Amino acid sequence: MATKRRIVAALLVRDGILVQSIGFRRYLPVGKAEIAARFLDDWGVDEIVLLDISASRQGRLIPIDLVERVARVCRVPLTVGGGIGSVEDVRTMIQAGADKVSINAALFADPDLLGTAASQFGVQCIVAAMDVLRAEDGTTRVFAECGMHDTGRNPADLARTYAEAGAGEILLNAIHADGQREGYDCALVEKVASAIAAPLIALGGAGRPDHIRELFESTRASAAAVGNMLHYCEHSVAVLKSSLQREGLDLRLDSQADYRHMTVLPEGRLDRRPEHELEAEIFQHIPREVI
Amino acid sequence: MKPTIAIVDYGMGNLASVASAFAALDVPTVITQDREALAGADGILLPGVGAFGQAMSNLRTLDLVGPLTELMMDRQRPFLGICLGMQLIAERSVELGEHQGLDWISGTVEAIPASDGHPVPHVGWSEVRFDPADPLFARIDDDACFYFDHSYVLRTDPSNVSASADYGRSLTAVVRSGNLVATQFHPEKSQRAGLKLLRNFSNSIADRMEG
Repeated sequence: MATKRRIVAALLVRDGILVQSIGFRRYLPVGKAEIAARFLDDWGVDEIVLLDISASRQGRLIPIDLVERVARVCRVPLTVGGGIGSVEDVRTMIQAGADKVSINAALFADPDLLGTAASQFGVQCIVAAMDVLRAEDGTTRVFAECGMHDTGRNPADLARTYAEAGAGEILLNAIHADGQREGYDCALVEKVASAIAAPLIALGGAGRPDHIRELFESTRASAAAVGNMLHYCEHSVAVLKSSLQREGLDLRLDSQADYRHMTVLPEGRLDRRPEHELEAEIFQHIPREVI
Repeated sequence: MKPTIAIVDYGMGNLASVASAFAALDVPTVITQDREALAGADGILLPGVGAFGQAMSNLRTLDLVGPLTELMMDRQRPFLGICLGMQLIAERSVELGEHQGLDWISGTVEAIPASDGHPVPHVGWSEVRFDPADPLFARIDDDACFYFDHSYVLRTDPSNVSASADYGRSLTAVVRSGNLVATQFHPEKSQRAGLKLLRNFSNSIADRMEG
């Protein structure tokens, strides 16, 4: 009866549009963040992280109305990030409907922000985010400015510093894995997760259900953040969770549909069902649950 | 008749999400720090995210401690505390120093000790072991999960505990004492199971009004 591992939807917004990010370099438009949030929430995702990836660079805060629109449809915890640089910004985000805030760029200039924000809002409300790149020689370092500037910092050491300063969770984003659909950098995740007592959310690289299983089996990450792969098929979260549960992972299911009788293909889509099965179910009506 | 629930606005946390969860259930709420509005509501909801000391200091500054205590103790108004709102009803807390609480229920708020495999804060979805006789859990499945996010936990007399969560040790998840009920988890962030719990709370107020 332990705490369930979480499937977190990462919604990246750039210039007001929900995007798919590839290696912090290329961006493909997806649509409106609040529409994606509404569907992902309805499909049983465990948490939503909404990040404005253009905010810090443009020296502004993630738009308040965007946070409000997403918060309104979000029945799960909402973490918000993008240009948050002061205790006042944290308060603004919470008032707009965020449950937690994710702070990244501001921490390089003002490391005390974690402590001051945590003393007012509690550590459980503060997420410290970092972008990490694995270089060709295999070493990993923390990068600033959307992956443009090498800070030379060691990710595990920095995560420990953040956690001791007041971060309740660490959001670890692997730049080299971002959008590659080749799996998480599990070695990096485990190195950072084992250095801290706080929970870790891993982001970057999920392309198939298998990648999440691998992450949870080989690291102590508390949560798998998934960006791109949830946007492209109907009921994606429920299908993903059901296929992982079949492999023995202990996840929370919130949907009445468990896809028990269906085959999930390795890429995470449901297999096509034979005509005679569909024919037999033509009159089966499953009403929406009234709460 | 639909009850009106007052959500106490004392500058701590995400009130909008609680209001929006009740809006989804079509239960009217009012977010207020006005004493008369609080006194006029059929139920009181104390949400809260943040540090204990700051929260108590805000309640004192707004001069709400006395009026709320009167509503709870003398007038037995139905009450739901959420997260920090549950911890505040205790006698005291040791979060970042020693603080006096509202003292509506015996017990103290203590840090969750970190142990291997159980990082602190305790963040995420946990199943809770609940008392099936508690009307707050009517229609809720045994294996339902609720969303927790906390570093401190209320330790109180077992007779007050109506649900607990396993996290290396047993954590108090729901307390009930007379008209007071409070959850350490966030029902407003716990999807269907959470909405059902909020519905049960609002139904219990409606039953009380009719009875």
